[in-house]
Amino acid sequence: MLRYLLRRFLILLITFWGITVISFAILRLAPGGPLDPLTDFNPRMTPEFREKLIKMYGLDKPLHIQYWNWLKGILKLDFGRSFSLDQRPVWDKIKERLPVTLLINGLALLLILLISVPLGVYSAVHAGSLRDKVLTFVTLFGYAMPSFWLALILMMIFGVKLQLLPISGLHSVVGYEDMSLFEKILDWGKHLICPLFVATFGGIAGFSRYLRNSLVEVLHSDYITFARAKGLPEKVVLYKHALRNALLPMITLLGLSIPGLIGGSVIFETIFGIPGLGQLMWQAVMARDYPVIMANLVLVSILTLLGNFLADIGYALADPRIRITGKK
Amino acid sequence: MLKFFFQSKSALFSAIVLLCLVFVALFGPLIYPYDPFEINVDAILKGPCLQNPLGTDLLGRDLLSRLIYGARISLQVSIVAVGISILVGITLGALAGYFGGLVDQIISRFIDIMLCFPTIFLILAVIAYLEPSIVTIMVVIGLTSWMSVARLVRAEFLTLKEREFVISAKLYGASTFRIIFRHILPNALPPVMVSASLGMGQAILIESALSFLGIGVQPPTPSWGNLLIEGKETLEVAWWLSVFPGLAILITVLAFILLGEALQDYLNPKRKEQFN
Repeated sequence: MLRYLLRRFLILLITFWGITVISFAILRLAPGGPLDPLTDFNPRMTPEFREKLIKMYGLDKPLHIQYWNWLKGILKLDFGRSFSLDQRPVWDKIKERLPVTLLINGLALLLILLISVPLGVYSAVHAGSLRDKVLTFVTLFGYAMPSFWLALILMMIFGVKLQLLPISGLHSVVGYEDMSLFEKILDWGKHLICPLFVATFGGIAGFSRYLRNSLVEVLHSDYITFARAKGLPEKVVLYKHALRNALLPMITLLGLSIPGLIGGSVIFETIFGIPGLGQLMWQAVMARDYPVIMANLVLVSILTLLGNFLADIGYALADPRIRITGKK
Repeated sequence: MLKFFFQSKSALFSAIVLLCLVFVALFGPLIYPYDPFEINVDAILKGPCLQNPLGTDLLGRDLLSRLIYGARISLQVSIVAVGISILVGITLGALAGYFGGLVDQIISRFIDIMLCFPTIFLILAVIAYLEPSIVTIMVVIGLTSWMSVARLVRAEFLTLKEREFVISAKLYGASTFRIIFRHILPNALPPVMVSASLGMGQAILIESALSFLGIGVQPPTPSWGNLLIEGKETLEVAWWLSVFPGLAILITVLAFILLGEALQDYLNPKRKEQFN
């Protein structure tokens, strides 16, 4: 077990290094260097001032030193200052948005699990029947549906036609300060229904179909036939013997689904006007605010990396084959 | 191969949908009378009717003709993007699987690293530095989506390189290049086809999302994604502008996914037997 953990940790470090190298390489892709957006349209920009800026950002030093300085900054959560007018430190901007994105994605992941596990089990038990096929089709429908389109349709129906739900922001703007705590939570909830629906619907297919397939496979294995032959009630066979084994690989899938979920935030946060990381990324790209873009890219990748790492450890803890022998 | 399409209803459905789509993308502009770029101030925001089956947009352009033209753009983008991702994926996967050892270690770590970047964030970061254009989008989508193909090909190579026909080819004195490309690769391709079909769906979704965010295909060129931008602006008065382009994307992506799934069942009969 310890050896397995050490190995995973080593890979974690290598991957972290790789993420920073690739991000740094992208940072240097800019044809005119990363200062362009600061200098391009500034009428007061003189060659001398440009030189000064280059010195200030350390762009006159050799690449490996630039990389090293940038990396040291990241480790101290110092991502530099935003190119936007307020020139705030990038980390401050991220800090206030990170919880929003984590909250929505965490809730979405929880909902996805709550819905897809029963669906997967139901499909597997009725594998091949019409009900199974209909469920498969409906969940694939969710996967194939462009999320921004789903968001538009929801806005059209619930926001514009029925006027039931607010269509933008995290909470009401008018009168929010005067609400009691309960009203505030209710207000947040109302604003979150549509974004959560969008974030959840697309993710169900992956989980429920994966669980269905792995459960069907387990149900065909010898030890299940044996358990049935022993005369165990089908419920015990299904939930105690089969499901536990079929659920194991879902832990890995949880880790793997993180980049997709966070990536989806860009879309629903932009459409619903939710002040999270995804919206920040989009605004930064539109404004060519390079420090914010790079910080976002590195940060979400590291979140993914940590998610995968935790999933691996969780898997190892849950699966005695790894816990004891250290091999997968 | 024909048998495959008649064996599975979903394969047949997808094949018909996709063939129609390709036909429309190729010949639609020749048959359908409206010009997708022609502005007509007398026909602004007309709902679906006889002259304009799917209605018109803010500038009086016919929506169906723009959808047909958009099919061209969206298919073009995803075909090239998937082509790039398959080329890169096969090359890296084959190298890793065939040579193993250090080569495999390096390539596998590289795949791990690339998989940590949420695709949309990676694409956004790269595009921030480049001028958005159709070519940029194709290349960027292709270069950020090859990882699953590489993993697949690597796994295939790992098992195939131990098989008798490969060993006998080696004994026969065939060059490494020949063994990889003539002997192993053809046998590793079927799962890649599944991946390509799923990848086409994915690429169409990503392209439309990027165009919708305003950093993909640039107006006035209509792609399915940026047709929806107008849909968003006229949400309250013209439902058709947001419903039809979305439906086009949904049906196409669904067809690619169902085709990929059917192909997977076909290639792996045991799976079909168990699961259906």
